[in-house]
Amino acid sequence: MNTHQVHFTVNGEPVQVSIEPWTTLLDYLRYHQKLTGTKKGCDHGQCGACTVLVDGNSVNSCLCLLVSLDGKEITTIEGLGTPDNLSSAQQIFIEEDAYQCGYCTPGQICSSIAMRKRGEIHSEADLKDWMSGNLCRCAAYKNITKAARRIYEES
Amino acid sequence: MPNIGNKQQRVDGPLKVSGQATYTADIASPFYHAYVLQSSIACGSIMELDTSAAEAFTGVKAIFTHKNLPERLKNMVDYTDPLSPPGTPFRPFYNDKILYNGQPIALVVAETFEQARYASRLIKVTYEQKEFKGSLEENLKNASADRAPEPASNRGDFEKAFKNSDVSITQEYRQSRNYHNPMEPHATSVVYKDDGSIVVYDKIQGVASSLKYLNGVFGLAADKVQVKSDFVGGAFGSGLRPQYQLFMATLASLELKHNVQMVMTRAQMFSFGYRPEVIHTMKLGCSKDGTLQALSHHTVGETSTFEDFNETIVDWSGLLYKCENVNLEYKLTPVQSYTPLDMRAPGGVSGVYALECAMDDLAHKAGIDPLEFRRKNYVDYDQNEDKPFTSKELRACYDRCEELFGWKNRKDKTTNESHVRTGFGMATGSWEALQQKASVSLTMDATGKFTLKCATADIGTGTYTVMSQIAADKLGVPLDHIDFKLGDTAFPDSPIEGGSWTVSSVGSAVAGVCKKFQYRIADVWKRKYPDYQDAAFEDITFEEGNLEYDSKSFSFTEIMQQASKEELSISHNEAPAEGQDTHSGYAHCCVMVEVSIDKELGVIKVPRITNVSAAGKIINPKTAENQLLGAMVWGLGMALREEGMVDTRYGRVMNANFAEYHIAVNADVHDVHTEFVEEKDDKVNPLGAKGVGELGIVGLASAISNAIFDATGKRLTKLPMLLDDVLEV
Repeated sequence: MNTHQVHFTVNGEPVQVSIEPWTTLLDYLRYHQKLTGTKKGCDHGQCGACTVLVDGNSVNSCLCLLVSLDGKEITTIEGLGTPDNLSSAQQIFIEEDAYQCGYCTPGQICSSIAMRKRGEIHSEADLKDWMSGNLCRCAAYKNITKAARRIYEES
Repeated sequence: MPNIGNKQQRVDGPLKVSGQATYTADIASPFYHAYVLQSSIACGSIMELDTSAAEAFTGVKAIFTHKNLPERLKNMVDYTDPLSPPGTPFRPFYNDKILYNGQPIALVVAETFEQARYASRLIKVTYEQKEFKGSLEENLKNASADRAPEPASNRGDFEKAFKNSDVSITQEYRQSRNYHNPMEPHATSVVYKDDGSIVVYDKIQGVASSLKYLNGVFGLAADKVQVKSDFVGGAFGSGLRPQYQLFMATLASLELKHNVQMVMTRAQMFSFGYRPEVIHTMKLGCSKDGTLQALSHHTVGETSTFEDFNETIVDWSGLLYKCENVNLEYKLTPVQSYTPLDMRAPGGVSGVYALECAMDDLAHKAGIDPLEFRRKNYVDYDQNEDKPFTSKELRACYDRCEELFGWKNRKDKTTNESHVRTGFGMATGSWEALQQKASVSLTMDATGKFTLKCATADIGTGTYTVMSQIAADKLGVPLDHIDFKLGDTAFPDSPIEGGSWTVSSVGSAVAGVCKKFQYRIADVWKRKYPDYQDAAFEDITFEEGNLEYDSKSFSFTEIMQQASKEELSISHNEAPAEGQDTHSGYAHCCVMVEVSIDKELGVIKVPRITNVSAAGKIINPKTAENQLLGAMVWGLGMALREEGMVDTRYGRVMNANFAEYHIAVNADVHDVHTEFVEEKDDKVNPLGAKGVGELGIVGLASAISNAIFDATGKRLTKLPMLLDDVLEV
């Protein structure tokens, strides 16, 4: 099978790979990079659990082919902070108890950070609309909304 | 400051927000990947199954089907798990028979997930199909009470009382099938060791259940298999029984002598248990002054053709209000489907939905405020069991919820938006407060740090955190001196995490082991400090890692040094206290809901949900509130969104994905609020705490239905309630 050369960075580290054209960013991160903080919830772009940042914008990594990312900067939850050195967004999610099982949490945090970069949140409805691409079956939505608002306003 | 009752942040939070919490599919090992091919028919048998092309595909290691299932898995093999209902459990690849659409019929194991998935599509299958009826409705004539356990005893003379009631209603209410859909798909990762033993990482609500299943099916003795589950990405009941991926990954691992991982797809998450569709028939009668006089609740639920899954549904109608004349009936009917499965507040959510809609209908007909109607029929003892409650502060919930929500504005509520109708609805909720046996071990090391172990689970409920809080308080040490470990069959036994009994059961065991530790350390201290050998235990206190007596302080580490001990280990088994069964334990809540309905478009919004709960001692208000809020949103989803739709011609779930099976999203949730009233309970368990994981969903769908009734004057009698239903009324 033909493979393709792609260059990009993952959490600041330059990477060069030869990869089959069908490999998604999600499977690449989980199976090749062993960055399992990014989760597979549906593999169809319906749940947002796989959300990562590409050049600072939120992307459903399950719907994104790696070969399309030449020259891009990819940031995953692991690149935002570690348990001993958490980013402010991660710390806010803990303080607001903006999770229960934690499975959707990496995606929720990435979406919150992308929202802050994009701006254009003028109301609670705007914020909830933006965050609705990330399902949370534990339904910690009230606290997720609080955390996302704090990330948007504070950090 | 005490830890119990404190809004403590989750101790596992740093791992969860940094992607370092390892769920089952995150285990790092070189795995073969397994992918399941599912039946495309619901009933019949497999005629031909040609795997040759798939076997020849790159990377494929093996294919398992009914044609090559090892003989040892067919004879004298026990496929049950601790929560198997009566019947014969599903046995993958057992023979050529098809029991339901979506049944796993082949397992492809390959080097990569993509290879396994692709190869599965190269398998050619032909079937011989049999006629079947794919819905509850079509199978109603086969409904039988013999298949179901008997509900609580009838009492009084329902027929006579109903006939003599001044006001009465007869109404049918229906619920559709709901699927659990935790965000983490079910997964099993099996690590195969050189000595032939395996370590199984399973998505399960109790590792002991997986172990029991593996023992029974594969004959693996306890020294040959260890089951682990550090983090569970939600379950809500889907992990109460081992699901088929456990069988698949283990079979492949043992046969290939290699690590194997199987992760279900989202579509496959609709290929096993669910909350069953049920039909309730309610007959209620009361006197002119609103005294409930007659109540009948009959329910028919669906089950599979191979197991008789049952829930406690109608009993709730005999429990919640004072009524002398009660008639209860519960029937099951088999449909061509997988067996249903307990799902968050199983039975209670269904029974109370019908009861609380019926209570609202009757209150309306009698011309009595729904809240007053419930107060009027308040009951202080369990009429089903003829026992007092351990505690019941529901009246305080009614009062506080009424005030918080502004229920008195119900009659003259106004809205600034002329295109919407606004409605208020309320309901009562309740859930069992049970305690099970549990065991915990404790070790203190020379530095004064504690490790506690128990085979329980944390499915997002906060087990790691609340157990650490209980231990810190009961030992008298700072929270960061506690490391609570769970989810491992090498640890002391625990009940499955379900039934809202983990705090009650494991928490009481933690309290028990800590008390034992205090006695032990006091003994060591008395031996090593002879001046104090006559000190009475009651006069000793424990604070900040110190034993304190007579204004003198001795640190645990100092005592350990004196005794030349490297560590101190003890364990404890806790069981419900003798005589506990003289009382009934339940948590209660009142929920009030505001809906707004677009007059022209029929769109139903829920701007406000207010819940006030009485659940004994709340160990951690932060995590407890979160659980209640989550359950309330579940109630919203059940009321307005969720419906597993079956194409009855094929017995196939048509909407097996998140785009078409709608769960509540962030934008569906507006002002949701919960709080607790004070409830002292010295009988329910040693902690006086009741579980809250399920309480918040009970009653909620009826409160929304009641609010829609208030807004439109029409009763929608099936769930979910959709805008089409509103436009039709």
